[in-house]
Amino acid sequence: MQNKKTILDILGPVMVGPSSSHTAGACRLGLIAGKIFGSVPNKVVFNLYNSFVKTGQGHGTQMALLAGILGFDVDSVEIKNSFEIAKCRNIQFEFNNFEDYNRHPNSVDFIMQNNEGETITVKGCSIGAGEILIEEINGFSFNFKGDYNTLLLMYKDAPGMIYRVANLIQAQNINIASMNCDRKAKGMGASMGICLDSKLPYSLFEKIKAIGGIYLIRYIERLKF
Amino acid sequence: MLSTFEEFKNKFQEFIDPEIILKEQAFLCDIKQDELKNKIFDIFSSMKTAIKNGLNSNELSKSGLSGDNTSKLINNGNLGLISNFSKKAILYSFATIEENARMGKIAACPTAGSSGIVPGVLVAYMEEFNKTDNEIVNALIVAGEIGRIVSDKVPPAGASAGCQAECGLASSMASAALTFLSGGNTDMVLNSVALALKNILGLTCDPVLGLVEVPCVKRNPFLAQHAITASYLALSGIKSKIPLDEVVDAMKETGLLMSPKLKESSEAGLAVVKSALSFKKDNIIS
Repeated sequence: MQNKKTILDILGPVMVGPSSSHTAGACRLGLIAGKIFGSVPNKVVFNLYNSFVKTGQGHGTQMALLAGILGFDVDSVEIKNSFEIAKCRNIQFEFNNFEDYNRHPNSVDFIMQNNEGETITVKGCSIGAGEILIEEINGFSFNFKGDYNTLLLMYKDAPGMIYRVANLIQAQNINIASMNCDRKAKGMGASMGICLDSKLPYSLFEKIKAIGGIYLIRYIERLKF
Repeated sequence: MLSTFEEFKNKFQEFIDPEIILKEQAFLCDIKQDELKNKIFDIFSSMKTAIKNGLNSNELSKSGLSGDNTSKLINNGNLGLISNFSKKAILYSFATIEENARMGKIAACPTAGSSGIVPGVLVAYMEEFNKTDNEIVNALIVAGEIGRIVSDKVPPAGASAGCQAECGLASSMASAALTFLSGGNTDMVLNSVALALKNILGLTCDPVLGLVEVPCVKRNPFLAQHAITASYLALSGIKSKIPLDEVVDAMKETGLLMSPKLKESSEAGLAVVKSALSFKKDNIIS
C-alpha cells in the first residue's frame, strides 16, 4: 500500500508542532482509532511503546493521541487542551509505558470502551513525516495508512464473502486500490480492509452491511492531507 | 510523474512551468487543478500566520530550551553584516521554528523540525522584493516538486536519513524557490539545489532530549541563509560539478551508512554530551 508522495505531503501538512511523527502522527492515529471505534469512547487506555514513551511528553504525544480520539485533526489548536476537554466530557483515560523492540519505535495500542461494555483494540504506529500505519484491530492484522477511503469488515468466515463484497463495490464502478484479509481459522472470525479510489456511497455501505454474518463494519474517509 | 532530475531537465528545457507541475500533481491527488492551487495558497497563508505568531511571542517551549531567540533579533538591525533580505529570512525562520517548539501551528515543509526554512526565505523575499502571493505560491510549487523528487529516493525523516533529509532538504527546496523567483532558468534552479544539498551531506539528527529544539531550532535560520547562498551562486552561473541526481544518490547512501545512533534516537552526538544529559535531570520530561 505504498502510496507515492505528492507535493502536498512535502509542503504540508499544516499542523500543530513540534514533531510530525510524535505530534501530527500521534493525532492521526487517535483520529483513525476513534473512527474505528465508531463513536467517542467512554474510556481509553493508551499503551505507548519505545520512542513514543521516551520523547513523547516533550512532543505532546499523549495530548495529540487523546485529541485525535476526541476528533480533533492535526491542525487544531485544541490539541494542547485535550486532557481538560476529555475530563469535561467525562472520558476516562490512562497511559501505560512499554518497551518492545519488535514494535516500531513510535507505536501505540488503543483499548477503547464504552459504557455498554463494547471494547475495540487498535494497534498502530507513526512511520514518519506525519504518516501512520494501522497494523491490527481486535487481533486481526490490517495494513492501511488512512490515505485512502477505507472499508473495514469483521465477519464470520464463509465461502464467497470476499466475492460478494467486491462484487457490490464493482457494481458501483468503484475501483479497489488494495485489499488485505485475515482470519482466525476456517469458519471463525475473519477480516477485510479495502482501500478505495473514490468515496463509498451510503446506500452501498448499507447493502454491504445487509450481506449477513458481518459483526463490525466501518467506512473511514481518507485523512485530510 | 517524474522521478529523476534528468527527466525534469528534459521536460522543462529552458524554464520551469509551475502550471504543468500543478496539473500532474492535481491528477495524482485526485482533485481539480484550482483546488490544489487553493490548498497551496492555504499552506502559504498558514506559513505567514506562523511567522506573525512567532514574532509576537516570547513564550518558552515546555522544556524551556527555546522560544526566546526570535525576540532578540526583532529589534536588532543587520549590524552591517548581512542584507535586509537575509536578516528577515533568518528572523522569520526563527519565528516559525520557535512557534513550532511551543506547539503553535506551522506547515511541515517538508517536516515540522525543518518548518522554518522555506517560509522564512519566501516571506522575506515577498516583502523585500514586492512579490504577490501568486508568485510565491508558484515558487512553492517548484520547491514542492523538487522536494518530492528527492524524497522519492530519500525519505524526509531524521530517523531514516538524518537531518540532511529534513533541514538539508528544506534548504535545497528554499534555494530552488528563490532561484526560480529571481528569474533563474531550469539549469540554474537544479544547480542551486545540487549546491545546497552537497553542502549538507552527512548532517546528522542528534536532538538533545529527543526534542525538536537543540540543535534544530537554530539550524533553521542557518540553513535559510545557506539556501540564499546556494541560489546566489547558481544565479551567478556557478555549477555543481556533480549532477543533482548523483548528489541525491550520494545523500541516500550517506543516510544508509549513518549510524542509527545519529538518526533521531538521541543516543550519540550532541544528545549525549555532559550538558545535554544535565538538562535531562532538571527537565520536566521523565
